[in-house]
Amino acid sequence: MRDFSYLRATSADDAQKAALQAGAVLLAGGTTLLDLAKCGVTEPETVVDITHLSSLDGIAVDEGGATIGALARMSEVADHREIKAAFPAVSESLSLAASAQLRNMATMGGNLLQRTRCSYFREPGVFAACNKRNPGSGCSAIGGVTRNHAILGTSDACIATYPGDLAVALVAFDATVEIGSRRVPVDDFFLLPGNTPDRETVLEKGDIITAISIPASAAARNSTYLKVRDRQSYEFAAASAAVGLEFEADGRTVRDIRVALGGVATKPWRARAVEQALVGKALDAETVEKASSLAMEGAVSQGGNHYKIELAPRVITRAIEQLGLKVGGLA
Amino acid sequence: MTIMPPRKHGDASDGVVGGRQTRFEGSLKVTGAATYALEYPVENVAHAVLVQSTIPAGRVLNVNAETARAAPGVLLVLTPEDDLGFTVASDWGGNRPENQPYYPLPRHVQFNGQPIVAIVAENREQAFEAAKLVSITYEEAPHVASLDDPNAGEGKLMGNLVFNWGDAEAALAAAPVQIEGTYSTPREYHVAMEPHGLTVKWDGDQITVWEPSQWSHGMARTYSEWFDIPYENVRLISPFIGGGFGSKGAALAHGAVAAFAARKLGRPVKLALTRPQNFTNYGGRAATRQTIRLGATEDGILQAIVHRGASETSTYADWPEQTGAATPILYKVENFSSEHRVVPVNTVTPGALRGPGKNPSSFGIESAMEELAYKLGMDPLELRLKNYADHDYQSGKPWSTRRLREALTEGAEAFGWSRRSHAPRSMRDGRTLIGWGIGCGTFPVLQAPSEALIRVLANGRVEVVSGAIDMGQGTYTVLAQTAAEVFGIPVDQVEVHLGDSRLPGSAIAGGSMLAGSILGAVHKAATAARDELIGLALNDENSPLRDTGANTLTFSEGRIAVPRGEGPSLSLPELMAALGRDEIETRRNTLPDGASAQEHHQAWTTMAKVQGPTMGEYSMHSWCAHFAEVRVDEDFGTVRVSRIVSAFDCGRLYNPRMVESQWRGGIIMGIGQALLEEGLVDMRNGRTVNNNMGDYLVPTNADVPDIQVISVGVPDYGASALGGKGVGEVGIVGVAPAIANAVFHATGKRVRDLPITLEKLI
Repeated sequence: MRDFSYLRATSADDAQKAALQAGAVLLAGGTTLLDLAKCGVTEPETVVDITHLSSLDGIAVDEGGATIGALARMSEVADHREIKAAFPAVSESLSLAASAQLRNMATMGGNLLQRTRCSYFREPGVFAACNKRNPGSGCSAIGGVTRNHAILGTSDACIATYPGDLAVALVAFDATVEIGSRRVPVDDFFLLPGNTPDRETVLEKGDIITAISIPASAAARNSTYLKVRDRQSYEFAAASAAVGLEFEADGRTVRDIRVALGGVATKPWRARAVEQALVGKALDAETVEKASSLAMEGAVSQGGNHYKIELAPRVITRAIEQLGLKVGGLA
Repeated sequence: MTIMPPRKHGDASDGVVGGRQTRFEGSLKVTGAATYALEYPVENVAHAVLVQSTIPAGRVLNVNAETARAAPGVLLVLTPEDDLGFTVASDWGGNRPENQPYYPLPRHVQFNGQPIVAIVAENREQAFEAAKLVSITYEEAPHVASLDDPNAGEGKLMGNLVFNWGDAEAALAAAPVQIEGTYSTPREYHVAMEPHGLTVKWDGDQITVWEPSQWSHGMARTYSEWFDIPYENVRLISPFIGGGFGSKGAALAHGAVAAFAARKLGRPVKLALTRPQNFTNYGGRAATRQTIRLGATEDGILQAIVHRGASETSTYADWPEQTGAATPILYKVENFSSEHRVVPVNTVTPGALRGPGKNPSSFGIESAMEELAYKLGMDPLELRLKNYADHDYQSGKPWSTRRLREALTEGAEAFGWSRRSHAPRSMRDGRTLIGWGIGCGTFPVLQAPSEALIRVLANGRVEVVSGAIDMGQGTYTVLAQTAAEVFGIPVDQVEVHLGDSRLPGSAIAGGSMLAGSILGAVHKAATAARDELIGLALNDENSPLRDTGANTLTFSEGRIAVPRGEGPSLSLPELMAALGRDEIETRRNTLPDGASAQEHHQAWTTMAKVQGPTMGEYSMHSWCAHFAEVRVDEDFGTVRVSRIVSAFDCGRLYNPRMVESQWRGGIIMGIGQALLEEGLVDMRNGRTVNNNMGDYLVPTNADVPDIQVISVGVPDYGASALGGKGVGEVGIVGVAPAIANAVFHATGKRVRDLPITLEKLI
């Protein structure tokens, strides 16, 4: 880690000005920044500390939805009574992420920006080729150990998996990221790698995420986040699904359903094809299973991650079944 | 001769051998007062970091380090151009080739991640930044990435690992029931909480090394040989270590580099390996592969075992991970054949990792036995009991003690095995399949000579002094208990000094041999000190006990008195005051009387005097039987261990609390081995890519189920002076097959290659 200067921002405006400097990065919870600095991926010249900007750490929930400050801690949001009631999938996605220690440190804004666990991205001294780190240098992961790599949204330039859980729940419920006065839907906030995997979000130099807002919905209120992994705790998802479900008055027919996938794609992955196949339908096991498999359209196996193509639809199916059983819509 | 009256193990009489004394040094550890190697405050220390190879095989053509040398804070850059002047040190047996040069920063690259260049700077961050500026040009050579590499070949047959008796092939061919399976285990790593590293300081030609060590004397010898200085000039200090699991028994290349740099610079040097470097700078458990064929009668009597195994090793040293280590001794078998090969690949030389050999070996034979049981339609417990080995069929010797039958039956009882339903996939809870499995384990009793010093002070405190190591297994505690018992004093009146090569010599903290070895020496020295006190108390003219007419004295509850309690009694300080003595010191060892100084040195610094399990008239081993319950999600393939009952025969337990902790630790490590642990090697360049604790997974608390451990052992005075057998290694042995067998029972899928990750079950 090279020497860097440390700057403590006195306001959001101040932080934004500081962040515009070349080589400046923001410090919130620091759980990703420190990690990436240690493995040599990030080499900041200036670290702009925003942790004490109390205007950015509120959590407000009303009938219309929730607005969560970018500096709210993962653990605070996960345990927030009204968030748990109105957005169970969001709360669960946070509780199932990282470890208790990290959740106590890490912030909501920082969580969105955590970077991939791709081993090839994280070891610059050994694997020089990485288009995400060094545009145009190639991709070391393709043809390597790919057990944890993405099957959806990949390109010839990059197959790195978006590692987070929270954003998967957010994208399912049409949350928006507030960047000062700009509001960007989470689905648009994250970019597909294409030929520019170094560009992971729409954030421009100097931009600061100020809040995340999630509109209330019946589907969000009846939602769950299901995370499948080999280790019981403290592991990234082999596959995960955020699902929300609302029935018509008959209690059987789907009025609204939201499905998003984690652990399998290069960005938080909204599975709209699955949703469209189920809206207006009465749920039964076969219908759900068939619809879930639509999420794998366009999936590309790298060999080591082939199992995800099998696994991910099963995770969707189980999540829908669990919700359906809960509200009595699945026989 | 019985040295002490037999005591029921597990007796909760706190403070003496066999009691559940809490961890002697525990408060130091939980308050942060225990100082670990890299925490010693050493003034004016410089920091070294390593630049590693990024190719798996080849030759360094050029190192361009000019910009690194000019970088801020850089004091020294060492490259393969520099002659460090080392010659190869002795191996563990004490054998040393003559004048064979040793290059810790070699020109010939043997594996990806090999240290090639070292940078020393004023601080560690400067050294790391300078390291990034080094550019190395290589001439690459073809490489073999792993045991699975198509170019790996079948390897070299290890002549000392070929075992045959009876006619295994013929008996197998004639057997009405046969099974065959190929079982493999991946490259596994120690991932001790404390990474490797050291601080080195020279004073003239005297060197002090603060380095985590499982063997202070053996490692001190290596440093003395590298630098061609007298053994006495080396002091290696390691009173506390944060886990070793077999990785901290030898001095390593980075130690040689740091020590050289410190001498060259004339100032202390600290070198702390990064976590990823803990995956490249010393070897974990070698990947293994073994094929087992079993032949049996229709009623399940084993007729033959044929075993063919292989493990990877490096291209420059043969380290066999003996896949046939447990195979010959677990069951009664009249026809047996086993061979083990080593396959050179471009890796750092593998090393010992908890339960070396026995561990993968048990995975093979214990999986195969259950495959046979299912083929026979027989309860796997019944099959094991039916083929119980009444003696050691390999050596032909009787067991010293073997309570594996009791481990199986008492373990089964505690587990509720009789409620098992035989058919695979016959137990479920909704979408969760439930399965039960058994795995047996064993580890040999090893013994090594050891020495200890006892000092009785005027204030009544007793000091136990030894160079032995406590890596968490409880050496401090059991040595305090031993001295407390001999002197009849509370444990808190004892002080224990360990972990320093200047202190009396000791067995390595490895191979489960330390407690049995060092307790013998401590007991002998303490008894000698007590006898000396008795002699003085009965004869010294100032002693109140002189005229009691007694010919011996009792030491009990802090008082020294004549037997039967008549006459005066004194506390230890009172007696020392009466005798006018400042201290009484005795030093004893367990070498034969009249051993030469050279034999002493050899005994403490090499493995040459280690006694194997069948060197005497008996065959001596620890034994265990694990019973595992797993819950497998049938859609996701995820396996959770929900319950484990393990019964152990480890002889007498010196401290059941410490022992149970070791057993549990071994079992938890076994869960990781069964379900999670695997070094993932990039075949293109031989690099282990998941070289950190975020990607190389070990169990978290949430993965650890209720674990019940049961002791079924009896004191084994053939195995050690105080009746114990080894406890540290055996706990992990048999856990992985128990879980794999349970997964088969749950799912009907036999997974023969560890770890059992979800993609193997969906």
